Amino acid sequence: MPDSEPAVSLRGAGRRYGERAALRDVSLDLAVGQTLVVFGPNGAGKTTLLRMLATLLRPHAGEVRVLGSALPDDGYAVRGRIGFLGHEPLLYRELSGRENLRFHARLHGVATERVEVVLEHVGMHRRADDPVAELSRGMVQRLAVARAVLHEPELLLLDEPLANLDPAAIARVQPLIGASSGRTRVLTSHDPVGGLVGADVALGLKAARVQWLAPAAEITLAKIAALYA
Amino acid sequence: MRRTVAALLAKDLALELRTRESVPAMVLFTVTTYVIFHFGLDRNSVDGDLAAGVLCVTLLFAAILGINRLFVAEHEQGGFDGFLLAPVDRTALFVAKAIGLFAFLCVVELVAVPAFAILLLGPSLTQALPGLVAVLLAANAGIAVVGTLVAALAIQTRARDLMVPLLALPLLVPVVLGASRATAPLFAAGGAGALAGNWMAMLALYDLLFALIAYAVFDFLLED
Repeated sequence: MPDSEPAVSLRGAGRRYGERAALRDVSLDLAVGQTLVVFGPNGAGKTTLLRMLATLLRPHAGEVRVLGSALPDDGYAVRGRIGFLGHEPLLYRELSGRENLRFHARLHGVATERVEVVLEHVGMHRRADDPVAELSRGMVQRLAVARAVLHEPELLLLDEPLANLDPAAIARVQPLIGASSGRTRVLTSHDPVGGLVGADVALGLKAARVQWLAPAAEITLAKIAALYA
Repeated sequence: MRRTVAALLAKDLALELRTRESVPAMVLFTVTTYVIFHFGLDRNSVDGDLAAGVLCVTLLFAAILGINRLFVAEHEQGGFDGFLLAPVDRTALFVAKAIGLFAFLCVVELVAVPAFAILLLGPSLTQALPGLVAVLLAANAGIAVVGTLVAALAIQTRARDLMVPLLALPLLVPVVLGASRATAPLFAAGGAGALAGNWMAMLALYDLLFALIAYAVFDFLLED
């Protein structure tokens, strides 16, 4: 991918579920290393946007390019370079955290030692052998963060990544998924203050449409509040 | 591909060992069915076509239980997304699931066949065993391939438990037909006859045909 090419580029991107439009006519560019924060009420299309960028949903309109590859045709080329943290942790409840991460490490061709490194980072090494079903929601979220960054992705797609995490856990995961990680990030948030921290660009979605797209520094709390009115 | 298949298989085996949701249910079903046949037919023993039919049809219905649960963990616990996010050949999921189902069927038969011999079979199992193993392996391969394809289709629907038998049973008729016709001479009243080679060939051809179809279409089943 040439340095000048955006990490994420959308041109009139859209997605439907049956007859209902979940996302309409989204156009934006996100440079490498930048963070895009997406605000919007429930059902605005935030999760659909992330899943489309993660290659989990096909765009039904427009052009979508991620890390230099056009989706969905070149999805294979970018899958291993994306870290996706959605509402579901993507962990098997009956397996332990360590077993889950080792499974994902094998899928991504990552060395097993990396599993121990990320477990240490998220502070789950002591409970790593407990079945996921026996862990609290916060602990599961920490494991989900570990899973998302296991293969050291270039692009992070984070759907309300700090949900269920206490302040200590947030501090632990910030170096992995926060602005200081140095990775290109697209994240969704309902927190107007926290969401804008470390963001370069902000996108407001409502009823599947773009309401505004601007540098994060220009976004006021009132503008975000208006989305939810 | 081999690395991915091995990872998926190891994960499925670990899940089955923890949850014990598929194999014990399949074993219990087959043994219970043979007990019911034992009393329902009001006969102490069966042989020939009837014995082959009872054995194969019961194993087929037991397989439906396993097919129904094949992708449940992937569907309910985000396993599909986790797999689809990895830079791997998607056909690996089909191969791993088919091998897993094949292995589960083999384990079920380790209990089911002796139970069948004790409860229903008239002629000696010992004489029939080498031929029977060959037939069951070929039948298991067919059930695994067709079953995995059907399970992947049905898991996307709301009526999964209904869709699996509705789709799988008609597609598996040739497998049951081939398996029971190939097995019938092995269970002959006068002692085990020769394996019906033509039916075995038909079974193998059907397995191959469906393996090719599954290879061609499985990727599309994983698309949203």
